[in-house]
Amino acid sequence: MYYARFLSLLLLPVFANAQDNLLDELGSLDSARRVPVQATFKSTRIVNGHSVETMRKKHLDFRISHRFGRLNLGAYQLFGLDQATMRMGFEYGITDRLMIGVGRSTSEKVYDTFGKYRILRQSTGPGAVPVSVTLLASAAFATVDREAPATDKLSYAAQLLVARKFGEKLSLQLLPTWIHRNSVLPGDEKTTLSLGVGGRFKLTKRVSVNGEYFLAANDRKSLPVPYYDSMSWGVDIETGGHVFQLHFTNSLGMIEKQFISETSGRWGKGDIHYGFNMSRTFSFDRKKTHRFP
Amino acid sequence: MKKYSILLLALQVSCLSMVQAQPALYVTTSGSTGFFSETPVENISAANQKSQVVLNPGTAGIAVRMYIRDFVFPNKLMQEHFNENYMESDKFPVATFVGTVSAPPDYSQDGVYPVSAKGKFTVHGVTTTREIKGTLTVKDGKVRIAADFEVPLSDHRIEVPRLVFVKIAQVIRVKADYLLSPKN
Repeated sequence: MYYARFLSLLLLPVFANAQDNLLDELGSLDSARRVPVQATFKSTRIVNGHSVETMRKKHLDFRISHRFGRLNLGAYQLFGLDQATMRMGFEYGITDRLMIGVGRSTSEKVYDTFGKYRILRQSTGPGAVPVSVTLLASAAFATVDREAPATDKLSYAAQLLVARKFGEKLSLQLLPTWIHRNSVLPGDEKTTLSLGVGGRFKLTKRVSVNGEYFLAANDRKSLPVPYYDSMSWGVDIETGGHVFQLHFTNSLGMIEKQFISETSGRWGKGDIHYGFNMSRTFSFDRKKTHRFP
Repeated sequence: MKKYSILLLALQVSCLSMVQAQPALYVTTSGSTGFFSETPVENISAANQKSQVVLNPGTAGIAVRMYIRDFVFPNKLMQEHFNENYMESDKFPVATFVGTVSAPPDYSQDGVYPVSAKGKFTVHGVTTTREIKGTLTVKDGKVRIAADFEVPLSDHRIEVPRLVFVKIAQVIRVKADYLLSPKN
């Protein structure tokens, strides 16, 4: 009896050791893996500009975005809150890399549509990719002027989105942009080239600060109707299936053609609009993940 | 002296033959682990089909490991939040259980055996000592382990913000289903 106890005491460290080795055994089953970096941004938009993120397969994003009037309108207009423009959008993931969207803005009564394709996904591990790259192509049809020929109502935009997530908190993105408008005001150029810079910094797990700036190649300040570079700052708040984005911007429009080519407000003059984007995601992926006995 | 060495040899041989009677290890890398959060507002479930399990019939030791990133949700936004905000899978990429099967069965006899395993359960970087009950089925030389148990989020410092408090259960039900094949 004593011997048995003694023996078991002796064997105890052997057993403990054997269990640690078991975990090592699991390690040997494991091959090094490439892991895609997730959540570079919380939403498919930084503020106005698109982020590298796309909707996943069979997921629908219903977006309602508002921009109020200018803060410098003063107390009588409740600092712009009396005036509101909005865009409503339905955006859907066809595959995990390809998404499409349609939207309607009250400003200029524009219908817009876009396709967005994820070319590269940032990843870690063997064969790591340093950046995420997404291509955006969009078209807009302004219906406010009923007399104008249909071709004049059209405009197009193409954008290359290149982003990198630097650790858990910081993500930065570059947005080289080409925009062509079929009809412009006198003196303005039909083609706009711009380089956008955007980013986000996570304050907590669910709240981040976002910013973006679109630098235009052509000087538009001396036009009869001058345009300025678009700059926006905001906060993302995420609650389950919703993402709320609250922000301040000098742009009233919410599609590329409007905020990159036709921003007439200036931060320095107080032409700042308060606004928000509300995004609700619905999954139509009814596939059962697994059945348990 | 010679007598003893012969005895020792005999002992070694018998030990060896004992080991040979059963495989050194039972292993799988495609085990299913599912979890279920049930509240009146919303039911959430996800499954990991790449759970790694190794069972040593000689020592009764068992080890389970899975990557948090391998949990698949029907809603991918939820999956992203699960990884980014709740499990922090970049910081804590794996969940493990390392323990010992109490009253291990005879692996050469087909049958269904109620068993329990006691050991260290690590999720979200927090280790607790747990005894998990389940069943062990031996059939056609393979071993199937099934378990159904509960994990309180507070045990593993997994925080749920107040806004979604009503949507996520404070105690998560976990189901495991592992079919292990012999490996020598």
